[in-house]
Amino acid sequence: MNEMQFLTWVRGTGLNIAVGIFLLGVLWRLIEIYSLGRKKDLSAPRQVAGASGWNTMFRRSLPPKDMGMVKRSPVSYIGGYTFHIGLAIIVFLFAPHIKTIQGLTGLSWPGLPSQFVDLVAVVTIAAMVVVLVDRINKPVKRYLSTFEDWFTWLVTFLPVLTGWLAVRHLLLPYTTMLAIHILTVEILLVVLPFTKLFHAFTLWGSRYYNGAVNGHKGVAV
Amino acid sequence: MSATMEKGVRVLKEVMDAPIASYLNSCVHCGLCAEACLFYTETGDPKYTPIHKIEPLRRLYSQEYTLLGRLMKMVGLSKPLTDAELAEWQELVYNSCTLCGRCSVVCPVGNDIVYMVRKLREGMSASGNAPDGIKGAANRTVTIGSPMGVKLPAVKAQMKHVEDDYGIPIPMDQEGAEYMVMLSSMEIINFPEYLGAIAKIMQQAGKTWTLCSTAFEATNAGMQIGNSDLARLIVSRIVDGAERLKVKTVISPECGHAYTALRWEGANLIGRPFTFQVKHIIEVLGEFQKAGLLKTEGFETDRLTFHDPCQLARRGGVIQQQRDLMNQVAKNFVEMPDAGFINWCCGGGGGASAIEEGEELRIEAFKKKKSQLDAVKPDRLVTACANCRIVLEEGLEHYQMDIPVVGLTEMIAEHIPEKGA
Repeated sequence: MNEMQFLTWVRGTGLNIAVGIFLLGVLWRLIEIYSLGRKKDLSAPRQVAGASGWNTMFRRSLPPKDMGMVKRSPVSYIGGYTFHIGLAIIVFLFAPHIKTIQGLTGLSWPGLPSQFVDLVAVVTIAAMVVVLVDRINKPVKRYLSTFEDWFTWLVTFLPVLTGWLAVRHLLLPYTTMLAIHILTVEILLVVLPFTKLFHAFTLWGSRYYNGAVNGHKGVAV
Repeated sequence: MSATMEKGVRVLKEVMDAPIASYLNSCVHCGLCAEACLFYTETGDPKYTPIHKIEPLRRLYSQEYTLLGRLMKMVGLSKPLTDAELAEWQELVYNSCTLCGRCSVVCPVGNDIVYMVRKLREGMSASGNAPDGIKGAANRTVTIGSPMGVKLPAVKAQMKHVEDDYGIPIPMDQEGAEYMVMLSSMEIINFPEYLGAIAKIMQQAGKTWTLCSTAFEATNAGMQIGNSDLARLIVSRIVDGAERLKVKTVISPECGHAYTALRWEGANLIGRPFTFQVKHIIEVLGEFQKAGLLKTEGFETDRLTFHDPCQLARRGGVIQQQRDLMNQVAKNFVEMPDAGFINWCCGGGGGASAIEEGEELRIEAFKKKKSQLDAVKPDRLVTACANCRIVLEEGLEHYQMDIPVVGLTEMIAEHIPEKGA
């Protein structure tokens, strides 16, 4: 297989397989998790404004108020926000990515200038390296970390790095790097539903439940 | 797998639900929950990271409820839980967790970690891995009627004392009273002023109230240990008593977990909604205050601060009332840093104070409370939980801090003018 054939495969068959596994995987996992259901709370509820599942779904996107958490763990918050927002910009607002999504779904929207996305990519790569170093250095993070944590970091990092290298025409010929980039994205898609990366989907449910369970007591968490 | 272990696993499977599954799938091992836990912040030991405390639950979930986990278990890539592991986790699930719920407030993906610890305790208890201290308390509550072995004659003796001291009759088993007042053994034995305070407050408010001879003890060690069968039995006594006496409201005493057991878990334990309301004494006092039924005279003039019991404030939603009450009788009320909703636990909630072997860790964790107190240097510390009070007194004594601890209800009652005066 030469590089052109490699690129053709990852753009065609490879992408179809990956997207298929991703979609079925997400669906399967969501059913597996949420079909467990939960018991109705029979205690008399206390109604308080702002204390509900829906409130917590959004409120929890910000650090908790007055708890000094950002000060206690600045890298988690600043690094975390930076690379999450960075990833969102790169995935959804880089013109070639919008084209790809359009090809798959027919949906399209305006992107950001590629120089800006390039800068975002550099910042995102840096932030991801910083959170990795933090995971190695911080006793709690190191203690909690399993193979899955290192593996999912790598699987998330590689598409960003290879994409940036491809755009910049660095290290390998463009075609090869682009093909590798698409392959790493496909690996990410396949891995996502079955690892902690699935938090991208479940965190909304988790926040809802937490908010609802505590909201029932009139506590806005 | 031993028979008790099997029982534990069966119980854990019964409590597994969508919230737990969602939480376990959302955790990214960011470790932020550690920063919210006083057992971690005061020891620096990463094993006290809240999400790590529920590791056995996660393992079981993954092996039994996920496709990938089942596959991995089949080919031997993940090991089943062992008795030894559960025994090892006892310290993490009980000694170093007071169910204070701070971790559930900070988790960025929204995991209610304390919810999971509470559920894991069910399996720990069923598999015989609950600490002897809480087990003993639970057994005494079931067999004798109270965790500290207090029986009805002791309550009656105290009623008599209070009647003599205050000249107010203490009603017992009075049908149709508006309020049924519950006590905690701690109050019966260590803080008898509480009952006198209630008598004065109710008399002034002109409310009918009663004690119940078949249900005077409000604390629920069954819930703390994580044994729903025992917890149900203990709650049922109160429900039966309240329904027999046809009271409108049952008042939980100054005890955080009694409140949670009765107010939030009770109906779920017996499987039907209550026919009466449950309120913490502080909520009732708050209502009396708003309705103008709580008239006090004079003020405390020394520097006072208030320790929010976790189960009352963060886990129970009662936060403002205690402040309004403090301000009614105190001229110099100062707030500790992190007071209110995010207050730090005394270190002995959730049954932890009943665990002898956990004392050293408790004293270590108390450094958090010490630093909060050092910041405001109060003359006295007010709270609304008899268990907090005991734990605070122990910690203060250990660190040689001369700060008396008082209950809010009795402090309020001290300012109620004598009838006819």
